[in-house]
Amino acid sequence: MFESFGWARLPDSDADLRERVRAVVREQIADLPPDRRARSWMGFDATFSRRLGTAGLLGLTLPAEYGGQGRGAFARFAVVEELLAVGAPVAAHWIADRQSAPLILHYGTEAQKARHLPAICRGEQLFCIGMSEPEAGSDLAAVRSRAERDGVGGWRLSGQKIWTTGAQHFDYMIALVRTSGSADDRQRGLSQLIVDLKAPGVTIRPIADLTGDEHFCEVFFEDVALGPDALIGEEGAGWAQVTAELAFERSGPERIYSSVVLLDAWIAHLRAAGRSDDAALALVGELTARMAALRTMSIACTARLAEGDSPVVEASLVKDLGTRFEQDVPRVIADALAGHKGEAVAPELLRTLAYLTQIAPSFSLRGGTREVLRGIIARGLGLR
Amino acid sequence: MDVAELAAPFERMLEELCPPPAVRAVEAGDTGAAQAMWAGFAASGFLDALVPEARGGAGLALADIAPLLIALGRHAVPLPVGQTMLARAWLDAPPDGRIALATPEAGIFGAEPFRLVANHVLVVDSGGLTIESALSGAQLPPSGAGPHLAALIAAAAIAGASERVLALAIDHANTRVQFGKPVGRQQAVQHMLAVMAEQVVAVRLMVEQACAVPNLASCAAAKAVASAAAADMAEAAHAVIGAIGISAEHDLQLYTRRLHAMRLAHGSESHWQRVLGALRLASDAPCVDWLRAEIFAEVGAL
Repeated sequence: MFESFGWARLPDSDADLRERVRAVVREQIADLPPDRRARSWMGFDATFSRRLGTAGLLGLTLPAEYGGQGRGAFARFAVVEELLAVGAPVAAHWIADRQSAPLILHYGTEAQKARHLPAICRGEQLFCIGMSEPEAGSDLAAVRSRAERDGVGGWRLSGQKIWTTGAQHFDYMIALVRTSGSADDRQRGLSQLIVDLKAPGVTIRPIADLTGDEHFCEVFFEDVALGPDALIGEEGAGWAQVTAELAFERSGPERIYSSVVLLDAWIAHLRAAGRSDDAALALVGELTARMAALRTMSIACTARLAEGDSPVVEASLVKDLGTRFEQDVPRVIADALAGHKGEAVAPELLRTLAYLTQIAPSFSLRGGTREVLRGIIARGLGLR
Repeated sequence: MDVAELAAPFERMLEELCPPPAVRAVEAGDTGAAQAMWAGFAASGFLDALVPEARGGAGLALADIAPLLIALGRHAVPLPVGQTMLARAWLDAPPDGRIALATPEAGIFGAEPFRLVANHVLVVDSGGLTIESALSGAQLPPSGAGPHLAALIAAAAIAGASERVLALAIDHANTRVQFGKPVGRQQAVQHMLAVMAEQVVAVRLMVEQACAVPNLASCAAAKAVASAAAADMAEAAHAVIGAIGISAEHDLQLYTRRLHAMRLAHGSESHWQRVLGALRLASDAPCVDWLRAEIFAEVGAL
């Protein structure tokens, strides 16, 4: 069962990259408090991302001719793990580095590659994803945004995207839109377009979330003119391209480390308080063991990416189990802290806990809901 | 050695030696059936897989035989095969026959799952090894030996039994028709099976990780993850397969009873969570660095 999802070991050869990440972290965000670091890949810091670019820590899987490092999926895992382990603010380059660049590399024209890939590797071109719409959440094939040929080779785009992370900061969106047929055609007739978010007719409106942050946005397109080179890949092949892209999105260590800053802070608290009762030991051990198992799964997924596969089902397994873990961490730590009334708790630990408690439901919504993933897994098991 | 070269013949041997009727006979106390099954293992040479080549064994590492240990669980092998493999590697002059492991430090309840079908019991504590039999005589434990490896063998059995009950549940969900369609078309059933699949993969990969780095921390993590999953796997498989799965005649119970036994064998999840928690709390390293160093043995992690 899942024979292809075999155990793998991280190569030692990427240790140099980890050192370089640590140097940038020390230089740039040494004083960032844990409740800010808990934002991690929702934390936007364009300066930090450009610094990673100049340090050669972006575009690790891209070939050198496009400004990349040509080092592959394991190298990217090492860098991403170092960044997430300390809750570095990686949102600015996150989507571009993780999925837009591989997408452009795989499906883009030579001109698109030349225009975007070197700038992504420098941390200078920032991308977001345009998938969800008001009427197309889990049912992504129901997207209504529509691009029509303008008669001179280009496109006119109208419609709306929502829950687009960070759109107010970004340069480009890769949007999944309908280019032919009607909503009844479902997966057929969808295409991916590169949209310049500074173009006339694009309106971006941030949405305040329950923590008080504004990470998500609504993006409106009113007859936006796009050039002939906006189309990425094949017209009508958007669904297959998006499916492959989602394997990149779902398989990484970001699906197991969203609460790791809190876990570190809580363990430091236990050590300072001198707590070693059975309940504390068992809880620390349980969370540590689950994180270890998830790491073996994430590494196994990375090995599939390194072999050039698109591990759609495997990535769904990791994401569903990983987000469950990420959500459990704030829940059980809240109870463990509240259950020891005599202990002083640092305000920054409480702020970190409060933030993660509030935002945790999003972990199993973003990038595909728990229920959608379980459907994908079920199909992978031969059901339906 | 290529692991696949070992796994395929081992799997064929298990299919021949340990079909469900043979497992039932051994569990019912048929000593002749146990002898016949054991004779097959003894003749195969696999029992000396971990014995150093200098003593006539194959000199393999735990990582090499991880798929074999998992296969033992997939076939609900009712004899202490993995345990005997470990004991034969640890003892300079191992006795013939089936050697069960006892680990009093990891809790008495369920600690000796194969005592009734063993010829010898090797008591494994952090202080040393003791053989309870006519061939008794204490020996110093070789470096690295300890209760955590007995626990790892049990975790591997859970990994294999979990794969089996998931396969049985999927097969049932695809063939059992209710409300005019296979029950596997029901989303509630699909989601149960999806969660089972997640646990199957998590347990197997964590067991393989611990076999690759068989220290106290990684074995504790493997047994904690496996034991925590074992009861869930048994519960979900019975839920999917329904009333027929409760019958003695259905094979499901061979594996779900074993899941519950192996969950407790050599320490249940809370025991190994506490062991792991104490190791973790002894260090001021951040979580990811600690995992990389202590469980994954990666260079330069701390």
